[in-house]
Amino acid sequence: MRDKVGAALVVGGGVAGIQASLDLADSGFRVYLVDQSSSVGGVMAQLDKTFPTNDCAMCILAPKLVATGRHPNITLITNGEVVGVKGEAGNFEVKVRKRSRYINEEKCNGCGLCAQKCPVEAVDTFNEGLSAKSAIYVEYPQAVPLKFMIDRERCIGCGTCKEVCKAEAIEYDQQDSEATLEVGSIILAPGFEPFDARLKGEYGYGRFPNVVTSIEFERILSASGPYGGLVLRPSDGEIPKNIAFIQCVGSRDAHLGNNYCSAACCMYGMKEAIIAKEHVPTNLECAIFYMDIRAHGKEFDAYYERARGEYGIRFVRSRAASVRENPATSNLQVYYVENEEPRLEEFDMVVLSIGMQPPKDAERLAKALGIGLNRYKFCQTNPFSPVETSRPGIFVCGSFSSPKDIPESVAQASGAAMKAASLISSERGTLTTAKEYPPEKEVSDEDPRIGVFVCHCGINIGGVVNVPEVVEYVKTLPNVVYAEHNLYTCSQDTQKKIREIIDEHSLNRVVVASCTPRTHEPLFRETVREAGLNIYLFEMANIRDQCSWVHMHEPEEATQKAKDLVRSIVAKARLLKPLKKPIIAVTPTALVIGGGLSGMTAALELAKQGFEVHLVEKEKELGGHLRHIHYLLGSEDPREQLRSIIEKVTKDERVHIYLHSEISDVEGYVGNFKTTLDCGGEKTEIEHGIVIVATGAEEYRPTEFLYGADEKVLTQHELEEKLANGQFSAKTVVMIQCVGSRNEEHAYCSRMCCSQAVKNSLKIKELSPETDVYVLYKDMRTYGFLEDYYHEAASKGVLFIRYDDERRPRVTQEKGILKVIMWEPVIKTWIPVETDILALSVATIPNPNNEQLAKLLKVPLSKDRFFLEAHMKLRPVDFATEGIFLCGLAHWPKSIEESISQACAAAARAATILSKTTLEAEGAIARVDEDLCSGCKFCEAVCEYSAIKTEEKDGKLRAHVIEALCKGCGVCGSTCPMGAISMLHFTDDQILAQVKAALKEEAKHD
Amino acid sequence: MFRPKIIGLVCNWSLPPEASLTGPTGIRGYPKMHIVQVMCVGRIDPAIVLETFSRGADGVLVIGCHPPDCHYVEGNLQAERKVKMLKKLLSLTGLEPERLRLDWAYSSELERFAKISNDFRDHVISLGPSPLAGEDPDFNILLNIEAAKAATEDFRLRVLVGREKELTEGENVYGEEVSQEKFDEINDEAIKDEYIRNRINVAVKRRPLSVKDLSKLLDLDSRFVLRHLVAIRQRGWVTVDRVEGRSPLYTALEVRR
Repeated sequence: MRDKVGAALVVGGGVAGIQASLDLADSGFRVYLVDQSSSVGGVMAQLDKTFPTNDCAMCILAPKLVATGRHPNITLITNGEVVGVKGEAGNFEVKVRKRSRYINEEKCNGCGLCAQKCPVEAVDTFNEGLSAKSAIYVEYPQAVPLKFMIDRERCIGCGTCKEVCKAEAIEYDQQDSEATLEVGSIILAPGFEPFDARLKGEYGYGRFPNVVTSIEFERILSASGPYGGLVLRPSDGEIPKNIAFIQCVGSRDAHLGNNYCSAACCMYGMKEAIIAKEHVPTNLECAIFYMDIRAHGKEFDAYYERARGEYGIRFVRSRAASVRENPATSNLQVYYVENEEPRLEEFDMVVLSIGMQPPKDAERLAKALGIGLNRYKFCQTNPFSPVETSRPGIFVCGSFSSPKDIPESVAQASGAAMKAASLISSERGTLTTAKEYPPEKEVSDEDPRIGVFVCHCGINIGGVVNVPEVVEYVKTLPNVVYAEHNLYTCSQDTQKKIREIIDEHSLNRVVVASCTPRTHEPLFRETVREAGLNIYLFEMANIRDQCSWVHMHEPEEATQKAKDLVRSIVAKARLLKPLKKPIIAVTPTALVIGGGLSGMTAALELAKQGFEVHLVEKEKELGGHLRHIHYLLGSEDPREQLRSIIEKVTKDERVHIYLHSEISDVEGYVGNFKTTLDCGGEKTEIEHGIVIVATGAEEYRPTEFLYGADEKVLTQHELEEKLANGQFSAKTVVMIQCVGSRNEEHAYCSRMCCSQAVKNSLKIKELSPETDVYVLYKDMRTYGFLEDYYHEAASKGVLFIRYDDERRPRVTQEKGILKVIMWEPVIKTWIPVETDILALSVATIPNPNNEQLAKLLKVPLSKDRFFLEAHMKLRPVDFATEGIFLCGLAHWPKSIEESISQACAAAARAATILSKTTLEAEGAIARVDEDLCSGCKFCEAVCEYSAIKTEEKDGKLRAHVIEALCKGCGVCGSTCPMGAISMLHFTDDQILAQVKAALKEEAKHD
Repeated sequence: MFRPKIIGLVCNWSLPPEASLTGPTGIRGYPKMHIVQVMCVGRIDPAIVLETFSRGADGVLVIGCHPPDCHYVEGNLQAERKVKMLKKLLSLTGLEPERLRLDWAYSSELERFAKISNDFRDHVISLGPSPLAGEDPDFNILLNIEAAKAATEDFRLRVLVGREKELTEGENVYGEEVSQEKFDEINDEAIKDEYIRNRINVAVKRRPLSVKDLSKLLDLDSRFVLRHLVAIRQRGWVTVDRVEGRSPLYTALEVRR
């Protein structure tokens, strides 16, 4: 067998593919990221806001896009598709075809002049056809890579773009190309295809202009969308007074063959209704037509409650039958049945919450890669290997494995990255590039010698601002020894020139006046570093976004403002100081707290990659919650799986297991933790670089429904035990859902109880088909493919009867007879049912030890007292404190496969740290002057990252900054009452110099 | 009797040397045709023709050399393409496209020159006075012409009309032939779109208007009005001024084109 290859291929550049790529690249592997479209970002880039935090989607995605685009170990292959794979796990040969862009990606600066002058229009698919774009385009302004592309279908070949392109980037003769990549593992993240709403003809999509899909509505809501964020009817541009949201369009639909639930639509439907109400200045009524509200994710039910209460959104439990249009007004009549009554209601607009279909070319992809698909043509996986495809070495994440929302996609992506990395961990670092730099010049004692480069940005700046005039002005500023203007300061040849000029003119400060530092500062910092200058001796003035773009019609004022902006930043540049990035050593050892399925999985994955792991379990044996699971939906045997994983963990010599042990103290920070364990009374100290919290959750012990008073009343787990052990016998079984969940005490949904009830119902029907089974529920939340089992149970005669809070079931016991009195909503009456077993679907509640552990680790808990991650959407397994991760039930109730995905994800995130011998921290951080510090601890209280600590030193309390943790926000500095904290690179002097120069001209020759 | 005002935009090399068409040769051209002489009809900017109409001309007659002859290789054919575009635009404005005519003559063809002029005069007489002529011009058509003129001044139509020849007669940048039908399809769409967009812009320059107002004013389906508003908002021509009831009102921004 040939050696393995230390590179991975990621197919699909949506949020999942991006996360997987970043995790792999940060752990020492080369990554090829292939995407079919001209830029990465996927569907998330089209979204306006994200639930449940209502964060702006682009604002949280853009940093990840930028990080991907400029990562030295990620090669982006856009317009690409995989056409074939040879070889085996660890050593694949992948053939990738790349469609021509007709643009030289090296040369295109993304200035956009070509698109302004293109005479041909095409449909803007990014805006879902609600607007037009040029035949030469980028998908959206923040696209990565920001390289234009010609829509060859529409282009008539007039040649105008080539004539106007100052970067000479247009190549009409560019051909499609093929490349062969050698990689060790492959991750599939091709995402999903939105359901084509035309297939549901009864809703009138495509015929009635005011019926739009949910993705169109995202674009309508977006401030950068076609309507500038105003909610408008496509028929007449009026602001609607009411909107109907129709759920499950293309999901849970046996007629279409899409029986599964798309898992995200209930939440995004609510989100769109909420955001629409926020956008409409006058009153807007929103009604959501649904079958079950599936708010099963973290804090989703709280969001649902807000939607109903605070926002007054009306929820109508009914599958809308059809939509007709009133041709005179373009209003829409929604026909539906509620409470057995046919109804008709008129709306100004209808939004169809469309479901997720497998990607369009799923079958082609499956064939090219030799992997199996499930009956719906999503990727085939298995509950105990949720990120593995049927072909070894090829992994999957995101909605291609099953419809799912963003945080689950992100977690699964990290999980897939873990598996992909484990396979090739022996080759870590073999294909990544570490750059060599010349030594840094010592310039601290020199007078400032500033060089200024002013960019035309094609005509983006130069078309408004008189750039040569700005340059002449800049030359008059004190300490400026060189100034010039460039067509594109960011182009490759200009970088070379900047380096030469730094040498030639002995520059020790460099200023670029161009676009935004957000995208371009890293490039210029790199350039000055290559010329031997410390990166902190570089500064940028944004004379495009903050000047030429906003003052497009006032060229003279814009030129003046550009001068002001540059003068101000030059004033700061004069005071710049070289800074060192602190280097932190990493102990390549992990601490995993919790020996359940999640903890064991995380421990094993890290051990597989060669890291030592300390696995701490408070019970006397490993296994956690999984020990109580006897069978699953589907054919997998959980007992066997549990036995096997315990065996693997126990046998692995890199995993050190501490049973009956707890954490008693934690010290240190990322890379350098020191933890004291209490092992049955005996203290042990261990050193480790990271922590994974996998402490699980507990089952609610009910006090309601006669539990404990009548032995016929069981929890679902107790029923499962009976069913598994052959002790089951009953003519009638009644199950009550949401016992201890979605109530005043625990407002959230415990996520798994619906499927558990379905699982036990199916087992009963298997063992004893004649037994009557009633499931009393509020909403059946069998999301994703679990919906199939719900169907199966219903078709086998399990009776699902809905109740609401006003008509909760009652339980009585008289002379040994247990009765459940339930409201029957169809015949609208209370009916008593005598039952032999009453199974309660009880809540999953947070581990009571969470509070204590959270305090030891200095990490937060959510208001439901589960652990709270750094960001609910995009950092689902990280804590805000670096080096600490979480997974499994400690995070939120979840299924076995979700726990495994998340455990792998936590391991992957941990591996990005453990795989490095040292970490480089930020250089622009806070610094304490110990002579001035009074030890008041104000700074410690305001630091979000636990990065500043007050400790006794020479008999006095003194604050000191933990360099590894400081993010450089500067809050401590602006809080310190003694003026003892300075924020490097943003010192008071530097900021004030900027302000003073902004307010007063100080040219040398005035 | 109606005596139409006709502007003749005539190529230096087509114009018969007889200075006055009413002179001793006895061949009578139409005395009310005012000749504006240019070196080549290729010079004739569509915007000038539209301006001429908005100033009240009853007809505009463009006379150049017979193709394939042209003192400047192909200026006459360029003029032909521009006139074709102008007629399409005029038909959108409500002013009869027949008020514009292009014909060919050599400077030696005095008789033909006179006949062309007289025929055109007769035709314009049959059309009657221009709605833009006189003391009380049709204000709506005047605004339409203003919009058409703005459309011809902008890059999109200029690029297309300028590229027509090389695209339809030669090869495009990919070495492919572009059929006249395919070009016309794209060109016609562009002419229509740019006219309407400019017409909307002209309207909202006067006062803020809603989609519904514009739909009524332009007799155009409100769906299309909105789509065009989206396009010109993205170009920075218009913005939302305020919302009245449930209707956003759009207003024009000062644009440096």
